[in-house]
Amino acid sequence: MTKLKPWISLSGIGVFAVLLLVIAPLVLSDHWLNNVGKYCCWAIAAVGIGFAWGRGGMLVMGQGVFFALGAYSMAMHLTLETAGDQVPGFMVLYDPLAPLPAFWEPFRSTGFTLLAIVLLPVVVAGILGYALFKRRVKGAYFAILTQALAVALATLISSTIRETGGDTGLSDFKYFFGFVLNDPANKVMVYSIAAALLIVCLLAVWQFYRSRFGELLVATRDAEERVRFLGYDPANVKLVAFVVSALMASIGGAMFVPIVGIITPAEIGAAASILMIAGVALGGRASLFGPALGAMAVGWGQSSLGSTWPDGWTYVLGLLFIVVILFLPQGLSSLPARFAALRRRPTVQPTPAIAAAQLEEVRS
Amino acid sequence: MDALIPQLLNGSAQGALLLLAALGLSLTFGQMGVINMAHGEFLMLGAFTAYLVQQVIAASDLSIPVALPVAFVVAGLFGLVLEVTIIRWMYRRPLDTLLVTVGVSLILQQAALQIFPSQGVPVEKPSWLDGQLNVLGYNWPLRQLFTIVLAAVCVAGLSAWLKYTSFGRRIRATVHNRDLAETTGISTRTIDRLTFFVGSGLAGVAGVAASLIGGTNSQMGAQYIIPAFLVVAAGGIGQLKGTIIAAWVVGVALSCFAYWTTGSLAQVLAFILVIVFLQLRPQGLFTVRTRSLA
Repeated sequence: MTKLKPWISLSGIGVFAVLLLVIAPLVLSDHWLNNVGKYCCWAIAAVGIGFAWGRGGMLVMGQGVFFALGAYSMAMHLTLETAGDQVPGFMVLYDPLAPLPAFWEPFRSTGFTLLAIVLLPVVVAGILGYALFKRRVKGAYFAILTQALAVALATLISSTIRETGGDTGLSDFKYFFGFVLNDPANKVMVYSIAAALLIVCLLAVWQFYRSRFGELLVATRDAEERVRFLGYDPANVKLVAFVVSALMASIGGAMFVPIVGIITPAEIGAAASILMIAGVALGGRASLFGPALGAMAVGWGQSSLGSTWPDGWTYVLGLLFIVVILFLPQGLSSLPARFAALRRRPTVQPTPAIAAAQLEEVRS
Repeated sequence: MDALIPQLLNGSAQGALLLLAALGLSLTFGQMGVINMAHGEFLMLGAFTAYLVQQVIAASDLSIPVALPVAFVVAGLFGLVLEVTIIRWMYRRPLDTLLVTVGVSLILQQAALQIFPSQGVPVEKPSWLDGQLNVLGYNWPLRQLFTIVLAAVCVAGLSAWLKYTSFGRRIRATVHNRDLAETTGISTRTIDRLTFFVGSGLAGVAGVAASLIGGTNSQMGAQYIIPAFLVVAAGGIGQLKGTIIAAWVVGVALSCFAYWTTGSLAQVLAFILVIVFLQLRPQGLFTVRTRSLA
C-alpha cells in the first residue's frame, strides 16, 4: 500500500472534522443528525478494530464486549439519574422490594461512570490480552475466543433481567449528566461530543501509525517471529493495540446510549460484533479513514435498508462480506492505489492483492 | 449420586450432539485450516432436510433413517459448492475464510427464514425413539441414546475412512505435506473438495440429530457454531480423540451447570471453562508435534 504523506492524512482528518462538526449540524435535520451520531459511535469502535485488525493482524470479533462495557456503564448511570433516589422502574417491575444491586450503586457518581467507561475496557482487555498473547493464542483461535466472549456476555445480560434489563435492555433516559435529553439543543451537543470523539480517535490512530510503535505493530502483524528474534516481545505490542481498540469500542458504546436512547444485548452480541467488522472490511482494514467511513456506510445501510427492506439487507450484508473479502481484501480504500497501479503498468496485475496474500501467508 | 446420573447421561447426549457438530469442523478446520462459519448453517440444512424428507415419507419410523444419508449428501453438496466457488481462492488467507463464510452463513440463514416458517418446523420423532431406558433408576429417553450411537458410528466411520481407505491416506498425506503429496501424484484439489464434502456432510447428519432434540429453525446453526469451534479448539487440531473428549466434557459440564444454575448461565460458564482451559493449554488437549515455531 502506498503510504500517504502525514500532512495529507492530517488535512483529511481536518476536512472530516469540519464536515462532521460544522456542516452536518447546519445541513441535516434533527432526525438525520441523530442517525449520523449513531454512525459516529460505530465508527469510533471501527477505528479501534482497524487498528487491532488491519494494523495488528488480530481479528477482534468480539468488540461487542467492550462496546457493552461502555454502553452499559453509561446506561446504568443515565438510568439512575432518571430514577433519582428510587430504584429504577424496570427493577421494581420484577421485584418491588429488593434493593438496588450492589454493582449499580457506584454508577450514581458521574466521575465513577466516566472512569469506568475508560478503565473497565482497559482492565478487561488488558487481562484477556495478556493471558492470550503471552500464550501465543492468535489467528482463528483468537477470533473465535473473542466472538465466544461476545456471545457469552450477550447471553448473560439476556438472562439477568432484573440486574441488567435482560433482552429489553435499558432505555427511557431523560437526563444526560444534568442535561435534558429531549431538548434539541442538547441533542446537537451529544452529537457533537460523539463526532468530536471520533475525530480524536482518528487523530490518536494517525499518531500511532506514524510512530515507531505503529511500525512495530505492522512488523508484528507481518512477521511475528522476526520481531521476536529482534528482541521485542510481540505480546506486549499486540496487547497495547488490543487495549486501545477495546477502549475505543467502549467510548463508542458509551456515546451510543444517549444518542440512540436504548441498549440491548442485540446491540453487543455476535451479530452486532460482526456488523462492526463488516464496515471495517468494506472501508479498508489497514487504512486510516477506511474503517470509520466503512462503518458509517454500513451503519447507514443498517438504518435505512435494514428498516425498509430487512430481508434484502441481510443478503446485501452477506454478499458484501463475500465480495469484499474475496476481491478487495484491503477494502474500498485500496481502489485508488489499484487504479494507479493499473495505469502505470497496464499489463501487470495490480500488486496490493498479491502483497496482501503474501502477508497473510507469512502471518499464518 | 441420584442427581448425578441424569446429568451425566443428559450431558453425554449433549456432548454427542456437540461432537457431531464438531466432527465436520475438525475435518475442515483441523485438516484443511479453513474456518467455516457456515458450518452451523450446513447443520441447519440437515435439519430442514429431515423435515422435507418427512413430507415425502410420512411414516416417521422410516423417514429419519432415510433422512440421515440424504442430509449428508445435501449438506455435503452445499459444502462442495462453497469450496468450488469461494473457499478454493482463499487457502492462502485462512483468517479471511472466516469472514467470507460469515457472509455465506448470513445468506443461508436469511434464505431459510424466508423459505420456511419463521417459528421453525416440527420434525416428528420416530416411534422407536419414544421409549425410555432405565439406567440405575433413571428413565433415560431413547433419543438421547440414539444421538450417542449416531455420534459413535460417525466417529468410527470417519476414523476408519481416514485410516484404511486410499482416500483417507491421500487426505492425511495432503495434510502432512501438500507439496510432497502433489509430487507423488495425488490431486490435492480433488482431495480438498472431497474433504470439504465429507466435513459439510457430517454437519448435515448432526442437523438430523439436532432436529430430533431441539427445534428446527433458521437460527439453530448459529447456536451450535461457537460451541463446536470451542470443542475443536479445546480438543486440539488434527486429532479426533481430543475432539471426542472435549465434546463429552463440555456436554456434561453444560448439563451439570444447567442443573445447578440456569440454562443460559450454564452456557456462559461452559464458555468460560473452555476459554480458561485454552489459556492453560492453547494447543488443545492433544497435538500433533511439529517443529514449527508458531
